[in-house]
Amino acid sequence: MLTDSIGKRSEKVKNTVERGAVKKFAEAVGDLHPIYVCEETGRQSRYKQNIAPPTFPRVFDYGTIGALNLPEKGLIHGEEIYHYERPLKVGEDILCYSEVKDYYERNGKSGEMGFLLLKRYGEDLEGNLIFTEEQVVIITEAVRREMRV
Amino acid sequence: MNALDELRIGESLAEVTLSPVTRLDLIKYAGASGDYNPIHTIDEEAEKAGLPGIIAHGMWTMGNLAKLFTPYYEEAFIQDYSIRFKGMVFLEDVLTLQAEVTDHTDNTINFNVKAVNQEDKTVIKGKVVLSRYT
Repeated sequence: MLTDSIGKRSEKVKNTVERGAVKKFAEAVGDLHPIYVCEETGRQSRYKQNIAPPTFPRVFDYGTIGALNLPEKGLIHGEEIYHYERPLKVGEDILCYSEVKDYYERNGKSGEMGFLLLKRYGEDLEGNLIFTEEQVVIITEAVRREMRV
Repeated sequence: MNALDELRIGESLAEVTLSPVTRLDLIKYAGASGDYNPIHTIDEEAEKAGLPGIIAHGMWTMGNLAKLFTPYYEEAFIQDYSIRFKGMVFLEDVLTLQAEVTDHTDNTINFNVKAVNQEDKTVIKGKVVLSRYT
């Protein structure tokens, strides 16, 4: 049952904000701004370093939540919410983990829909929070039948 | 005075209109983000999922929309960025990115943001809070 996974967390995984990955990501969202890719611009900025685009945390590994087995296909991404304490800097190490915040079911036009709220965290190595990412994932009745939940 | 000070409530940042969405855009985003869900890149898989064709990753559109704020990196950073995915984006769609100032405080500027397609239908919408460096 997905309700049983509420409150479960993954282990923390160390990720690095890799220069090449930032460039590839910035290019993929059509935002090859010098603050992301030009080392000189980074050095001269208030950050003394290049930074990463706000939706870059997609690329990080957040570990696995043992109790949670989601299908690869058929999920609908309903909402996405980022919060930052500061931008991510190229080259820094980030500890990432994820947590199931909530799960509930509602009747909708295509049957009973499940709503899963996942929250992901990124901290520096001293444990200071840098960002959170909350995701609302909608699980349709057809997919829930396959999952037997 | 800097560029952000001059923005009044109700004013908008300059719109950006993207080139028509191509399959290569979505293949690149799949590779860069690690999201290989095949409904975004492979026609047969999209059809199997009941879609008329491949659709863009919602996060591709959300990532694009954020670039309206990149030029202000010395003055502020994106503190909060929330999006609801409202409609699907197909190949050849032409998206326009918009941000309108809704509120000013000493430390933040709030925006309503959205991306609309060529039929003026909103595909994603949400809010951005810029936190200003003081």
